[in-house]
Amino acid sequence: MQLVRLVDQDRPGIRFVFEGRRCDARAGDTLLTAILAGEGGFLRRSEFGDGPRAGFCLMGACQDCRVVVEGRGPVRACVTECTPGMVVRRA
Amino acid sequence: MRVAVVGAGPAGVRAVEQLVRAGVRPLWLDEAPDGGGRIYQRPPAGFVRGARALYGLEARKARAVHATLDALKPLADWQPNTLAWDIGADPRLLHTLREGRAEAHGFDAAILCTGAMDRIMPLPGWTLPGVTTLGGAQIALKAQGCAIGRCVAFLGSGPLLWLAAYQYMKAGATVAAVLDTTPFAAKARALAGLPHDPATLAKGLYYVARLRAAGILVAEGVTPLAIEGDGERGVSALHWRDSSGRERWLDCDAVGLGWGVRPELQLADLAGVPIRFDAVQHNWVPERDAMGRTPLPGIYLAGDGAGIGGADVAEMTGACAAQALLADAGLRTEARLTRRLQGRLRRQARFRAALDRAFPFPAHLAAAMPDETILCRCEAVTAGELRAAATPEGPHGAAPEVNRAKAFTRIGMGRCQGRVCGMAAAEVLAARLGRGVAEIGRLRGQAPVKPLPIMAAPAGEDAA
Amino acid sequence: MTAPAEADVLIIGGGGAGCSAALHLARRGARVVLLERGLVGSQASGANYGGVRQQGRHPAELPIARRAHALWRRLPELIGTDCEFVQTGHLKLARDEAEAAELLAYLEVAASHGLRLEFLEGPALRRRFPWLGPAVLAGSFAPEDGSANPRLLSPALARAARQAGATLLEQAAVTNCRPDGDGFVVETATRRFRAARLLNTAGFWGGQVAAWFGEPVPIRPHTPNMMVTEPIPYAIAPNVGVAGGNVYLRQIPRGNVIIGGGHGVGDPAVPVSRPLAQVTLRAMRRAAMLVPALEGVSVIRSWSGIDGMMPDKLPVVGPSGTTPGLFHAFGFSGHGFQLGPAIGAILCELALDGRTETPLEGLSIRRFLAPRGVTPA
Repeated sequence: MQLVRLVDQDRPGIRFVFEGRRCDARAGDTLLTAILAGEGGFLRRSEFGDGPRAGFCLMGACQDCRVVVEGRGPVRACVTECTPGMVVRRA
Repeated sequence: MRVAVVGAGPAGVRAVEQLVRAGVRPLWLDEAPDGGGRIYQRPPAGFVRGARALYGLEARKARAVHATLDALKPLADWQPNTLAWDIGADPRLLHTLREGRAEAHGFDAAILCTGAMDRIMPLPGWTLPGVTTLGGAQIALKAQGCAIGRCVAFLGSGPLLWLAAYQYMKAGATVAAVLDTTPFAAKARALAGLPHDPATLAKGLYYVARLRAAGILVAEGVTPLAIEGDGERGVSALHWRDSSGRERWLDCDAVGLGWGVRPELQLADLAGVPIRFDAVQHNWVPERDAMGRTPLPGIYLAGDGAGIGGADVAEMTGACAAQALLADAGLRTEARLTRRLQGRLRRQARFRAALDRAFPFPAHLAAAMPDETILCRCEAVTAGELRAAATPEGPHGAAPEVNRAKAFTRIGMGRCQGRVCGMAAAEVLAARLGRGVAEIGRLRGQAPVKPLPIMAAPAGEDAA
Repeated sequence: MTAPAEADVLIIGGGGAGCSAALHLARRGARVVLLERGLVGSQASGANYGGVRQQGRHPAELPIARRAHALWRRLPELIGTDCEFVQTGHLKLARDEAEAAELLAYLEVAASHGLRLEFLEGPALRRRFPWLGPAVLAGSFAPEDGSANPRLLSPALARAARQAGATLLEQAAVTNCRPDGDGFVVETATRRFRAARLLNTAGFWGGQVAAWFGEPVPIRPHTPNMMVTEPIPYAIAPNVGVAGGNVYLRQIPRGNVIIGGGHGVGDPAVPVSRPLAQVTLRAMRRAAMLVPALEGVSVIRSWSGIDGMMPDKLPVVGPSGTTPGLFHAFGFSGHGFQLGPAIGAILCELALDGRTETPLEGLSIRRFLAPRGVTPA
C-alpha cells in the first residue's frame, strides 16, 4: 500500500526506524502514514497465515494496523503519532 | 452531581455545552487526542489547511463545533486520549484507559456519544493492503493530507461514497471510479420523498455532478466481485459487474469501501441498554426516547451511537440528552430550546428515513459471497466456515443464531470484536438459514470495548 | 393440554452432564427427552474456562474425574470430534511456602487414586517452563491433564445424542415437574412429558428442581470471571493454575491466552451474567505475575456464565433422597466441564440399572438433609 502525500505536507522532516531501516516522515504523521507513505508497504501479517495487512478503518476501531513500538509495545499505527527516533516493527 | 460524557464529537460538544451552562462540570473524555469526532476531526499541530479546505460545505459548522469545544475544555474535566472500555450501571462506574493505565470513575449520570463506523460488506480481497473503509479514506485525507493510493476506486453506497470521492478529486488525487451498488432508479424513488432537507440533497447532487463533469467513471447498480492484488504489493484491480451484467476490471491501487454507517453501541450494550433492530436503518440501535433517555436511570445516549442521524442531528441530540439529564436531576433546563430542537429532529428523522431507503445495506451480496471470502478479518474466518456452522451435518450441529455461530467458528472473536464483520456475518448466516437478519441476532457486546493491555492493570495490594 | 408425550427418561438441563446423559441413554436404546431452557451449553458448560483437569480435585470427585479422563481421550470415536481437547498437562503453581505445602500434601491424595504428578521447583521448574516469572516458587505437573474448547462440547454431545435417537428440545424451559404415579410429569409452556425416570442436570437451577421434590439445598450462583487475550506466539503448553485458585490460564495453539480468576455478577432469573472490570483487572495482574511475558499483551474479550456453587464446593451427584427414580447431577461448583462426559455415563447406569460402578460417596444430596451433614462454606 502506498499512501500519497497530497496536501498539507510542508511540515518539518523527522526520522524513525521501521523494521531496522531508517525512514523519513513528517512531524504530525501517524505511524500508519509514516510507514505507508514511505516504502513500508504493509504494517503486519495476519496471525492466521492469510497475508499482510495495512489497516482498514484508520480510526482506531478495526485493530488491523497494530505495530510494535520499542519501549511501548503494540500500538495502533493509525492513531499513534510518529515521533523522531521511534523504533517500530511489524506486529 | 457527577456527570460523565463519553465522546467529544458534535453530540458530546453540544451535550457538555448544555451541562456547563447549567453549572455542571462533567468528566469529559474522548479516545482521540482532540475532540471534533470523526466528522470534524482536526489534523495535528503543524497542518495549515483551513476549515474550508478540510470540511468543504460543512466548514461553518465545523468551526462552530471547534470553537465551542475549545471554550468548554477548561470548564470540564477534559480527558483526551482516554478510552472508555467498560461501564457498569450498578454501581455506576466508568472504566477508562488513559496513558496505559486503567482507572475507574464513579458517576451519577452519563451521556454516551460513541459515534459510528462504516458498515462493511466483505468481498474477496478486502483484507489486502490498500483497501480501507470510506471513512478511513476520508480521514487519511482530512487528518493526514494523504490519499490511500495513487489511483483510488470508491465502492459502496450512501452520501459518504460521493463525498469522499469528491474530496479526493478536489485535493488532486486520481479517482479511478465511483461504483455505487444502488441502482439509480431505487435512489430516485426514495429521494423523491425528500423535501425535508433540500440543502443536504443539493449537496449530494452537486458532488455527483462534479465527479461526472471531471470525466470520472461513475456507475450505479454495480455488483462488486473481488479486489485483486497480492499481499506484498497490495491492490492491483477491482473486479465488478455493471448494471447490464457485463464483467469489468478497473485498474487501481487502492479501494475505499463502505455502505453507510452503524452505531458504535458497545458501551451502551455493556451498560445494559436494550438493543433492538431498526428495519429502516437496517441497524441494531440502543433503546432511547426522543430526548436520549434509556430505560436505565442515569444513562443517556446522543449522536450516531444512539442511532444514525448524521452530524447535524448529533449536535441536536447531544443538547437534548443533556437537557433530559438536567431535567431528571432537577437542575435548570431550557424548555424552549428543547422544544425547538425536538421539532427539528422530527423533520430530520423523515429525511433520514428517505436516505436509508435510498442507500440500503447490500444484504443481497451476502448470499452470493464466495465461500473462500475472509469474512472476519481478525480471526481469518471465511464465509464458507460460517455457512458450515449453520448446517446440521457439522460436528456440533447447526448454529441457529449469530452468537452460537461465533462460538463454533470464532467469527467476531478477534481484536475488533465483530464491529467490522458482525453485520455481514449475520447476513451470511441469515441467507444460509433462510431467515430474517433480525432473528439471527447480533454479536453481544463484551468488555473491553477495545483491547486492554495487561500492563494497564494497576498493581494492587491484593495482586498476589 | 393434550396427553403427555411418553419417554423412558426425562432430563432437565442441556449442559455437558445432561447432553452426555442423553447420549449414553439413547445409545442403550432408551427413549430420552432432554429439555433445555436456552441453547444447549449456554451457561457454565459453554462459558467455563475449558480446563480438563484431575489434579487438585477433592478425593470425592477423583473417581469420576478418572472415568471422565478415559472418555475425553475417546471423544472422537464417541462423538466425532475432539472438541479441541489437548493433553498438555496441568501445572499447578505455588507462590509462597504455604501454597507449596498444599501442592506437596496433594501428592499423596493423587498417588492413592493412581494420578501421576511431578513436583518441580527451583532451576528444574524454570528449565522446564522458562516463561514462568520469579514470583513462582514451585509447581506440580499432571501430565495427563489438559484443556478443551467449552463452546463445542455440549453442542457436540447434543448432536451425537440426537443422532443416537434422543430428543433434545431447546428454548424449552421447564415450568413445573412433579411425581406422577410411579414416574414423573414435566411441563414446559407448551408441552407435557411423562417418564419413569427423571434426571436433574440443571446446573444452578438444579437447586430449584431438587426443591420441587422436597430436598432444597444451599446452592448459590457461581459466575467465573473469564477473559482472553489477543493471539501471541504459542509458548505456554500446559494448562496453568495456582494453589488457592485465584488465577488460572492456558494458551491455545492459535495463540490466544484464556485467563480466569474471581467472580463476575449474574442474575439466574433472567438468566444473565457478566464479568466485572475490577475483577478482570485483578486477574490480569495475577496472570502477569505468573507469566511476565503477558505484560505487553492485550485482553480482547471477557465473559461469564452461571454455574451452581455448593457450600462444600462439591457437586450433588446420585439418587434423590426423597423420590425414587429421580437422579441428580448439578451444582458442579466450577468443576463440571471435565466431569461432564463421565456424569452422563453414570446417570445412564443409575437410570437404567439402578447402580453404578463409580463411587459417589460424599456427593449425595443427603449430605444437605441432616443438619450435621452440612459442611461450612
